[in-house]
Amino acid sequence: MSTTVEQQDNSNQNRRITWEGCSVLLDINDGDRLVFSRLTAGSIVKIGNKNYPLRPLIGCPFGSLFQVESGENGPSLARVISTAEDNNTEDKKECDLKEESRDNRALIDNNTAQTLTGEDIEGMRRQGASGNDIVEALIANSATFENKTSFSQEKYRLKKQKKYAPKVLLRRPFARSICDTYFKKYPARIGFLRVDTLSLILSFSNVTANSDVLVVDMIGGMITGAVAERLGGTGYVCNTYRGDSPYSIEIVRIFNFNDEINKRIVRLSLGELSGNGDLKENEMISSNQESLTFEESTEDKIASKIYKAAKPGEKASQDSINSWKENGFSSLIIAAPDVDAWSIVKEVLPFLSFSAPFVIYHQYLQPLATCMHNLQVEKMAIGLQITEPWLREYQVLPSRTHPHMQMSAFGGYILSGTKICNEKSTTQ
Amino acid sequence: MLPTDPTKKLSFKRHITDGDLVIVYEKHDNMKAVKVSEKSVLENRFGVFKHSDWIGKPFGCKVSSHKGGFVYLLAPTPELWTLVLSHRTQILYIADISFVIMYLELIPGCVVLESGTGSGSLTTSLARSIAPTGHVYTFDFHEQRAMAAREDFERTGLSDLVSVGVRDIQGEGFPKDLIGRADAVFLDLPQPWLAIPSAGQMLKEDGVLCSFSPCIEQVQRSSETLASNFTDIRTFEVLLRTYEVREAKMEQCQTEEGTPGARPNKRKQRVSEASHWEQDKSDSHMVMARPSGEAKGHTGYLTFARLKCVA
Ligand SMILES: C[S@@+](CC[C@H](N)C(=O)[O-])C[C@H]1O[C@@H](n2cnc3c(N)ncnc32)[C@H](O)[C@@H]1O
Repeated sequence: MSTTVEQQDNSNQNRRITWEGCSVLLDINDGDRLVFSRLTAGSIVKIGNKNYPLRPLIGCPFGSLFQVESGENGPSLARVISTAEDNNTEDKKECDLKEESRDNRALIDNNTAQTLTGEDIEGMRRQGASGNDIVEALIANSATFENKTSFSQEKYRLKKQKKYAPKVLLRRPFARSICDTYFKKYPARIGFLRVDTLSLILSFSNVTANSDVLVVDMIGGMITGAVAERLGGTGYVCNTYRGDSPYSIEIVRIFNFNDEINKRIVRLSLGELSGNGDLKENEMISSNQESLTFEESTEDKIASKIYKAAKPGEKASQDSINSWKENGFSSLIIAAPDVDAWSIVKEVLPFLSFSAPFVIYHQYLQPLATCMHNLQVEKMAIGLQITEPWLREYQVLPSRTHPHMQMSAFGGYILSGTKICNEKSTTQ
Repeated sequence: MLPTDPTKKLSFKRHITDGDLVIVYEKHDNMKAVKVSEKSVLENRFGVFKHSDWIGKPFGCKVSSHKGGFVYLLAPTPELWTLVLSHRTQILYIADISFVIMYLELIPGCVVLESGTGSGSLTTSLARSIAPTGHVYTFDFHEQRAMAAREDFERTGLSDLVSVGVRDIQGEGFPKDLIGRADAVFLDLPQPWLAIPSAGQMLKEDGVLCSFSPCIEQVQRSSETLASNFTDIRTFEVLLRTYEVREAKMEQCQTEEGTPGARPNKRKQRVSEASHWEQDKSDSHMVMARPSGEAKGHTGYLTFARLKCVA
């Protein structure tokens, strides 16, 4: 088919089918739990109190849905095949919703509503009942289910489903899903950068194939990874740092970057970039960045060694360094929560080409305001702007459409602008 | 506009040449796209600028008119282009555009379909994201608009990455030769639900669709249509707040003792001696920020969905 041809064209960055050793995001029960994993022969995911091998997920398309099954060889994940039938039930549900006439005035919630006991359920399990069978049995034995509004019926069903028939959705780890997941689970590690803010950063900085992007990424590699994804194995993302040790870019490992892309992720100390630094090699870095991102077992670690791609974050080559000094970078992105914005900009802006855009991210407004003011006073840039995106999600359902009751109220500030060539710099 | 051609890539050594597209920047809200042509001039409220004076200067430089007024000459980017393009329709702006590109998971090499093309504001950013090996197929049923868009992509140097087709997408759907080839589809149409079944055919499994609609009723109908072949149907609204920054000299509150910040004792003070406001002698200026008073309150809703995987 023509599709497979195109998939191969853009190599494993855009692969739509998982492979052994690939990094995945597991979405358990509709976003209730998000887990980054690597698919290997021995890797597992823990749901409830059971361990499920991930091997059945290898070779499946991203987007596949899995449900738990208890087979002879213990609990396992099996792919759910969606059929036309599913779609019909969905349609039916919506018709029902439109003609709602019941209400819950007579509903009394007490613990006697459910006649199935925990033991009954265990019994069913032992006899090989599936999670869905149990959910149906629970519904059949609920005294109040019939009188619930169809909305609360649906809610009841979902709740039971999550407990007795959990579902696992296989997702592609892309900048979007990675940023989303970190924002939900460990926001501090990415400096509270929300995905819409990240998307603005990538636009304002004009990142595209063949760009040479200078970054100061002190948020775990979130920026570095997102930029490398957009470069697709062309150009460079150069992570610069003060002092001797580069900043961690552990998040980059979650992306499924091939060698071509990893080679485009390099590091360079500010000292070396400005040409006055000590050139002593610092080689001990980068290897101890394993840590907390992956829920890996020991076997996984051994396995992932076998599949190890070219390491991202090697030192930039002398050729690249020379070229950047001569031509300048085409974009600059700074995300350094703990360093004063102005003091970094002052140091790195000289390496940006004239007319090139830059973006500074911060979770506080004041450092950006000061930085913007100084850039204006020093006439270093134009088009300066501080923006803050606002993102709201909606529930869209027949007759029940409204914004989500809970929203993230803050996703960070960005200062963007374009470097200009003022008199001083033209004459140099 | 994109650095695909290494001779056009921004660099300290890249100088403006005859035929370049430049963005003439007067103020952040006053810019204009100009094709540099040796014999032309640009006239604005600052006077007359000769293009021949610009040639050989670096991008990002300041140039003067015969009267001494000045403007900056910038290299074009999709963001600047969105601010200067000629509005033949309503267009998408940076907040929506950025979120769409991110959510559609567009990367170099992707194939993306779009309808309608409109003024090509989004198309320009789509092209940037899939360059240099991907492609944007964009369709509008309005022949003149399609033609104007083609001319624009020629001007901005994107024509190798973008194909503009004239086609009624709501009526006929996307062309059959694109079936199963799209990584992503974007719809900005008055009745998107009519195009959704076709969009579903074009997408690869797990491919992402986005529909932009100003009205919630459109979202409602689209979401209902999406339910049959798509999952992960989510609707968002994204807006931007911009901030004004200014430096001001803040007067300090001086008490009788002259200790700034000491709490004034109201009882004992007579009016003449009351804590008085005085210029701060230490000359401490303060940089302050506040949200701008006006902003776009609504652009449209963005509904995303992924094509279901059927095995
Ligand atoms: C709001 S504009 C799109 C603007 C575009 N997103 C941009 O950022 O510049 C909508 C476009 O859809 C086109 N359109 C409306 N109905 C259409 C149809 N049935 N088939 C194709 N294009 C259609 C209109 O001609 C119009 O140019």
